Amino acid sequence: MTADATPSPVGRTGGPRVRGTAYPGYVAGKLGGAAVSLLAVLVTSFFLFRLIPGDPVKFMTGGRQVSAGQLASYRREFGLDLPLWEQFTDYCGKALTGDLGTSYQFRAPVMDKITEALPNTLLLTGTSFVLYTVIGVLLGTRAAWRNGGLGDRLHTGLALTLYSIPSFWLGLLLIIVFSVGIGPVPGLFPTGGMESGGEEGFAYVLDVAHHLVLPVVTLVAVEYGQTLLITRSALLDEMGGDYLTTARAKGLRDDLVRRRHAVPNALLPTMTLVFINLGRTVAGVILVETVFSWPGLGGLFYQALSVPDLPLVQGLFFVFATAVIVMNTLADLIYPLLDPRVGR
Amino acid sequence: MTTTDPDEPMAKAGRRALARQRRRASAVRFWTRYRTHRSGLLGLAALALFTLVALTAPLTVGSDVQSVTNAPGQPMESPSAEFPLGTDQFGRSLLGLVVWGSRVSLLVGLLAAVLSVAIGALIGITAGHFRGWFATVAMRITDWFLVMPTLVLAIVLATVLSRSLGTIVLAIGVTTWPTTARLVRAQTLAVEARPYIERARALGGGHWHVMSRHVLPNVMPLVLAQTTLIISSAILAEATLAFLGLGDPTVVSWGGLLQDAREAGAVSAGKWWYLVPPGVAIAVVALAFTLCGRAVESVLNPRLGVAR
Repeated sequence: MTADATPSPVGRTGGPRVRGTAYPGYVAGKLGGAAVSLLAVLVTSFFLFRLIPGDPVKFMTGGRQVSAGQLASYRREFGLDLPLWEQFTDYCGKALTGDLGTSYQFRAPVMDKITEALPNTLLLTGTSFVLYTVIGVLLGTRAAWRNGGLGDRLHTGLALTLYSIPSFWLGLLLIIVFSVGIGPVPGLFPTGGMESGGEEGFAYVLDVAHHLVLPVVTLVAVEYGQTLLITRSALLDEMGGDYLTTARAKGLRDDLVRRRHAVPNALLPTMTLVFINLGRTVAGVILVETVFSWPGLGGLFYQALSVPDLPLVQGLFFVFATAVIVMNTLADLIYPLLDPRVGR
Repeated sequence: MTTTDPDEPMAKAGRRALARQRRRASAVRFWTRYRTHRSGLLGLAALALFTLVALTAPLTVGSDVQSVTNAPGQPMESPSAEFPLGTDQFGRSLLGLVVWGSRVSLLVGLLAAVLSVAIGALIGITAGHFRGWFATVAMRITDWFLVMPTLVLAIVLATVLSRSLGTIVLAIGVTTWPTTARLVRAQTLAVEARPYIERARALGGGHWHVMSRHVLPNVMPLVLAQTTLIISSAILAEATLAFLGLGDPTVVSWGGLLQDAREAGAVSAGKWWYLVPPGVAIAVVALAFTLCGRAVESVLNPRLGVAR
């Protein structure tokens, strides 16, 4: 960092070397920040569940008739008889080794339930993330390039409308129209779940893809608007740039100016915001999985909420927050490789 | 600089009148520019309509519309002349429920947004005014909240606290403030760099004086625009929490109606007319607030180039 603060002629000519000297410091800074954030998640998830008014054990047993002996054994089992700080260090130690406690409703380790559901969520989220980012960036670029035109207003209007629609409601409507079927429209897609069962090999893949269509459509529809608007305003910021005038003066075709010059510059701030908005996507995933009974983390979260199965809620909260922090940190680490201006 | 004595009552009254005049002039200027945003006007009209419906609901439908015991119709009736939107599983009129539900949805959205923006403005102004470790810690916390999955945090809060409207307001309010805090802090830093703040300090203005008399009026427009935008997401968040069964079970809200519909099997029975009205109401109100917020934002900051 300090080496760059005083630009030396050597440093200026040796472009890659500047990055080489600064990058480790940048990485260390980002990783340190991520570690602090993770610690904060750990602290929050511990104390959030101590906010419960009254006795946590009474809350757990949900008003059932329990003897005093049982209450005491519950207390011992969940470590609630220890002083608060000891509970906290115990919790942190266990969480770091991957032990997130035992779910009340499934009588199974929280970690097992999570690892079971994780691949399904990754499939749904990954597919949707790629699709809505690509669609959002493409449409956002077009909207900005024809700023104020009919296409721009249509795209922006549609994006804003879809952005205002509750994802779970859109999901329910899609189920009614395309799974249950209205009037002459037959049920084209399954109402929920991830597989019909009994299929193997390629048929299984097709079956899962068939189940995947409606949840992905829902997620993409409610999320692409955000990306579109971000891309649009990032590109609008670049549009006044002198280098675009130069590119046009060279006689480049309009779409080449857009593709080669404007869009790459607008893409970086866009990607930053796309990653920051991952938190919103997590919320979308929870709702979509709930509505479509998708056997992923979101569906599990809903099941845990309705009991409420506190260890499972707590574990999932930890996993969701960690996932978002990890993704953001990864994005931070990749930027300097894409854009040498970052991290110097 | 001035020749008049600041303590003279006449001069004071004159200054106050001048300030009032300026404020009125800037309000007129604001409205003239706002009027050029067609989508903003559309949003405003929709909001006026919904506010009117919510305020007059006790006169038009009355609170007995939510009574389960003496419902007027048969369960799950299709739309008809008597029940324009059909009935729910208890035979209550859906039109009445949607109208009555607007009160809770709008109220919770408004209160949660006010709470959220108040926290955001407080943190933003103090972090911009007091530099040093306080600002560092405050912004670190803000950044952390910014990347957190907001709704997940709100859901967890609503789960561990008791089921009530207050809980929902609190859960939404304390999880959505970070964007406001960042925006307000940036604006505070810009305002505090201006020479007149230095003058105020030199004349003996303390922290409180600078923050409340100079910084706050300057960040206020931004705060208002932000409130409008956050109401939209707060209404969506309220609907989401109610849909997940975390709302107050004793009141009717749009999200709660959708949850009822799902639990009553309206989805698998293909009874789309039960699901459509509450969802449309949520979407229209959320969109209206977004349109207004974007119009206000672009009037205040034309460089943004949004909402054209």
